[in-house]
Amino acid sequence: MSWRSIIPGAILVFTVMLAALGSLFWTPYDVADLDIRNKMQTSSIEHWLGTDHFGRDIFSMLMVGARTSIAVALVAVGIGMGVGVPLGLFAAARAHGWIDELIMRGNDLVFAFPALLIAIMITAVFGPSALNAIIAIGIFNIPVFARLSRGAALSLWTREFILAAKVAGKGAFRISFEHVLPNISNLLIVQGTIQFSLGILAEAGLSYVGLGAQPPVPSWGRMLAESQTLITLAPHLALYPGLAIVFTVLGLNLLGDGLRDWLDPRLRRER
Amino acid sequence: MLRFVLTRLMSLLATLVVASCIVFFVIEVVPGDPASFMLGINAQPDTLAALRAELGLDVPKWQRYLHWTGGMLSGDFGTSYTYRTPVANMIADRLWISLPLALFALALSTLIALPVGLWAASRRGSYADSVVMGFTQLGVAIPNFWFALLLVMLFAIKLGWFSAGGFAGWDAGAFAAMKSLMLPAIALALPQAAILTRVMRSSLLDVMNEDYIRTARAKGLSVRQVLLKHALRNALIPVLTIIGLQFSFLIAGAIIIENVFFLPGLGRLIFQSIAQRDLIVVESVVMLLVFAVVIITFLVDVAYAWVDPRLRQANR
Repeated sequence: MSWRSIIPGAILVFTVMLAALGSLFWTPYDVADLDIRNKMQTSSIEHWLGTDHFGRDIFSMLMVGARTSIAVALVAVGIGMGVGVPLGLFAAARAHGWIDELIMRGNDLVFAFPALLIAIMITAVFGPSALNAIIAIGIFNIPVFARLSRGAALSLWTREFILAAKVAGKGAFRISFEHVLPNISNLLIVQGTIQFSLGILAEAGLSYVGLGAQPPVPSWGRMLAESQTLITLAPHLALYPGLAIVFTVLGLNLLGDGLRDWLDPRLRRER
Repeated sequence: MLRFVLTRLMSLLATLVVASCIVFFVIEVVPGDPASFMLGINAQPDTLAALRAELGLDVPKWQRYLHWTGGMLSGDFGTSYTYRTPVANMIADRLWISLPLALFALALSTLIALPVGLWAASRRGSYADSVVMGFTQLGVAIPNFWFALLLVMLFAIKLGWFSAGGFAGWDAGAFAAMKSLMLPAIALALPQAAILTRVMRSSLLDVMNEDYIRTARAKGLSVRQVLLKHALRNALIPVLTIIGLQFSFLIAGAIIIENVFFLPGLGRLIFQSIAQRDLIVVESVVMLLVFAVVIITFLVDVAYAWVDPRLRQANR
């Protein structure tokens, strides 16, 4: 791996982002348009990737589905970072105190619940929705970022420039946000990219089992679930949403790997 | 070592207690009680009260929590609201599909990943290495349920080697049962195998940078001998940790994969129970899975500390 994987990664991610944003303004067909007469068509000039069992245009649905996936995963990563990073910084500033202990034990507790189980519990209570998928994936992300930022901050707290800040009279809070946070931001960007890709996979899995975005909002996971019953009649329906997921996740992983090597030259070893 | 195990055991118990509180009280927040759901909107108040008493819903929440956890400790998971059968029996039946599936997938991913990782590490930087690493990138990016669909399309529909879903049952013989678990296990194993291959490879490469490897090379051993005799055993430690952690991912992943193949395992049970508002089953299955994850993490920690004494001192 080298930093060069940023280029294919960025191209893939940029394409998907463009499709997602573009779907806000234009899609080849309206995804709410049912056209039963033209159902389950294969690729043609009119419908680039064919139509589904309701005659909806697959390409348009994939564009809108990209929006759903990206929105869910992005907000979930935002929750994970927004809660996890301050917790981690706080724990590191009070290292080995009871607050640190409490935060880290809380982390261990959340780690005992795979994202899917959190989603199942939330769904059992509030019913399935895209919002609940966001919350489930977001909760799952919190300990990841808390652990990462605590670990990285702990080693920074022994450095001279932090000592200088302490001598200058800055409190733990200001040091954490003015000196520690900027120094761990590279790590956070890289981990954020990786969690983003895991979030896309989790969202796809949740909406596949019906715990994510609900009809009529198109999502890649549910498109796959719907295609399963028609798998002998129209195998192409099961193909495109899966490829969309793979492209997105692959792009984010390549981007994350590349960014890590680019931002942290110490890791740029011959591997 | 004993002290380390005891400390870990205490924190394991604490985790389980807090987790059971969370599971119970989060799910019990649900508006509407199971009794009125079962009897419908036209239920008479006295029938409702009788059913609530029968299901044990008429006592305060904290008493029901104690009854639930106390029961689980003695193997009594309560009675399903929908089927009126003991939850423990329902879970036991399903466990005989989910657990073998997860173990099958774990075995597959380990059997694929270790040799491939070793092979890639021994040819670091070569064309073969890049191809393997490219495949692992792809393996990590493929959602396992989509891979499962592709397997069904190829091996079940096109070639007809396997059935597209369902479970033959252990009564039909071990071979038939394993055959119906084959495609699900492959689908489940693929992403884990990709991750494990990468871990195996990078762990080996890390070890190969150690001084004792240079010493072994200096005394005249070939790269191959060093790799197999000295590097492999040391590199396996982090790999074993990941294998342990993957087991909990596999259990969770099995929930989704079971839906692709219509396997009547724990995953199907949990989704049915949600749809039928059979909350006691949902609670018990979730708690069982959390229990499995926590126990495995504990065992991995202990095994790790047993192999590497330095870790017995460290906090984390």
